[in-house]
Amino acid sequence: MDAGRKSEPMSNRTTVVKKSEREVVVTRSFDAPARLVFEAWSKPELFKRWWVPKSLGMTLHSCEMDVRTGGKYRLGFGGGMDFFGRYLEVTPHSKIVWTNEEGGENGSVTTVTFEEKGGKTLLVMSELYPSKEALDAAGTGAQDATHETFAQLDELLVALGTSGGRP
Amino acid sequence: MVQYTQSHFNASFAALSDVTRRGVLEQLARADASITDLAEKFQMTLTGMKKHVGVLEQAGLVTTEKIGRVRTCRLGECRLAEEAAWIDRYRQLWDARFNELDKVLEEMKRKEKSDGRRKKK
Repeated sequence: MDAGRKSEPMSNRTTVVKKSEREVVVTRSFDAPARLVFEAWSKPELFKRWWVPKSLGMTLHSCEMDVRTGGKYRLGFGGGMDFFGRYLEVTPHSKIVWTNEEGGENGSVTTVTFEEKGGKTLLVMSELYPSKEALDAAGTGAQDATHETFAQLDELLVALGTSGGRP
Repeated sequence: MVQYTQSHFNASFAALSDVTRRGVLEQLARADASITDLAEKFQMTLTGMKKHVGVLEQAGLVTTEKIGRVRTCRLGECRLAEEAAWIDRYRQLWDARFNELDKVLEEMKRKEKSDGRRKKK
């Protein structure tokens, strides 16, 4: 249920709008200046603390980010599951654009902008997929990918006698 | 969306105009539920919940199936219901991330303050 969200200020709610059949836009306000929000997105030691919330049931094993135009990133979740891509544009404190290449040709391009107003920052994130089918198939990205990959890994994990495989 | 007839469209909008019915859809996006479950969750009478589910069912947003004495509700096959569920899943992921990000930002702000605002901008 939604009861847990009551403590959250209304203005800081996460909204999701499907702008077209191949683009999703997420908006959220933060009570911090844009330079801090940008820093939290661009410094690996900060980024890894929030990108993988507990509810995702995943652990980030490695996090390499070269946040500048043309730089690369790679997030490793263990078991050979990596999320990776390139930064197409990085403008300090205001914009980051990157590719999501683990999905091959169905990968999306993510654009995040930070706009500061009166000490608060409005974040707008757009995920643009190459086609409607790619978006439909993407589901919640990381979450669905986890399910898939863990399904593939199940056998191996059982064989190894670990307690993994719980997405 | 083009394949929608005008009347179908109107029924969908009417169904979605109510906050409880939107809540029911969101709930069913997570898991199927009986009318009794839903009535309890939304703190209303069985009769009241039956009416809401009836409206959602007519709009094609929800389907119900009676097994024994329990009527189970699930999300309808129609595009709009799938869409609403898809968006809800997506929002949950980002909501969880951003709530964590809030905590990181709070800490950064505190640290900056205690560092004596050396970098004033």
